[in-house]
Amino acid sequence: MTDENAGYDEWLDAIDDGEGYSYVCPEGHGSLPPRRVCPDCGSPELERTPLSETGTVETFTVCYVAAPDFADEEPYATAIADFGDVRLTGVVRGIDPEEVSVGMTVEPAVGTNETTGDDLLALRTR
Amino acid sequence: MTGVRVAGVGLTQFGRQPERTGRDLFAEAALAAREDAGISGDDIEEINYGNFMGALAERQGHQAPLMAEMVGVNCPATRYEEACASAGVAVREAVRTVRSGEADVVLAGGCERMTNLSTADVTEGLATAADDLYEIRAGITFPSAYALMARAYFERFGGSREDLAHVAMKNHDNALPNEYAQFHREITVEEALDAPMVADPLGLLDACPVTDGASAVVFVSDEYAAANDLEAPVSVTGSGQGGDNLALQAREQLAVTPATERAASEAYADAGRDPDDVDLVEVHDCFTIAEVLAIEGLGFYEAGEGVGAARRGETTASGDRPVNLSGGLKAKGHPVGATGGSQIAEMTRLLRGDHPNSEHVPDATVGVTHNAGGTVASAVVHVLEVDR
Repeated sequence: MTDENAGYDEWLDAIDDGEGYSYVCPEGHGSLPPRRVCPDCGSPELERTPLSETGTVETFTVCYVAAPDFADEEPYATAIADFGDVRLTGVVRGIDPEEVSVGMTVEPAVGTNETTGDDLLALRTR
Repeated sequence: MTGVRVAGVGLTQFGRQPERTGRDLFAEAALAAREDAGISGDDIEEINYGNFMGALAERQGHQAPLMAEMVGVNCPATRYEEACASAGVAVREAVRTVRSGEADVVLAGGCERMTNLSTADVTEGLATAADDLYEIRAGITFPSAYALMARAYFERFGGSREDLAHVAMKNHDNALPNEYAQFHREITVEEALDAPMVADPLGLLDACPVTDGASAVVFVSDEYAAANDLEAPVSVTGSGQGGDNLALQAREQLAVTPATERAASEAYADAGRDPDDVDLVEVHDCFTIAEVLAIEGLGFYEAGEGVGAARRGETTASGDRPVNLSGGLKAKGHPVGATGGSQIAEMTRLLRGDHPNSEHVPDATVGVTHNAGGTVASAVVHVLEVDR
């Protein structure tokens, strides 16, 4: 099985280059690729908009029982952070998982899944 | 439009039975439902079968015709997949089919074989109900997704792990006399709080178990029930379904479940009922926090008020409106693709008076079932009423 996902892969590369983006429709709804229309209102007018450089952790969990693809990461923190137009879900890097807190400032980055070697979306503490 | 009655229900034992095939589990439940209904197999016109991960667990796709064969019926059979709400949508389509007059007798339910897989493989299989690109690749598991919602709830509304422990204790208490339940074991709030952490803030006793099992329900038209002199006092008077974005991050809020609200308002309007009319409820408590979100989404509590309901005794067996008298997914067990049918079966037994916990609700007339998929990206709600 190829693990290429057009739209998503380019988006993750852009994050890696510090040029992350989301789509915003005329109504102001944010979304992420691959996307043909706004998921909230169906508008096809999606403007590629730079992602805010930092986001705020809105919620997080420390996972102690992982799926096989994350077996070598236990325990690890996954957080959902608010970047204004969109939220992002990522593995928190740069801090002990048990020190993560709501309200922390994070920036999006591309990290490596220690189990599979694949790229993943990381939320790096400042 | 005709009325729809529950003519019969069937369940297997819920629990660890890793050697049993899905086909045998479903056959047991479906044949029990047919016997409970007292109908001939030849009268079954359609089979709606819920299943989530059979292709992973048993390397068996295309399960519906296999299930019809196992029940000894040659009729159209279709598999419904909506993650943990698979049987809920199978039931809903059966209700719609009978209502519309297209069929007089439809058998609906579902099955899941799970414990033949390792914990890691089950975790991976269940996670496929989440968004592959934006959640699974960030390490989201089923427990961790609900943990994200639990923490968001605590942050916004308050509540504590101790409140959630009361939900777990209540549902274990309710499962004690239920012969089909996976657990027949009382737990204390302290045990729940001390259990190993799975995904902070949720511990092992906040989570439903991994379960093998099947459920089946025979739905018939009012006319068929009358013409065949069936003992079928329970009717499905309302049905609703709601949806939401698949990934949590794309939802407007993380601590409420609009899909449940949408499904509930459709089902209440369909039945001509409102939340105050409801005597008892079976909700989708895959995790303790999920029960809290459900009773709020169903309109029994304002957002933020449901978390203390079990601790205050309002949703216990002796409370004003008991929730999950079956034991719920938490203690009765959660064979994913069977759960929506199991809830209808348990509610029917509770309302008919032949459930071991019927004694707690002798005068109940209106029950609601709530089945959710993933992190409530889909929800199905039904209103059941019994002739008194």
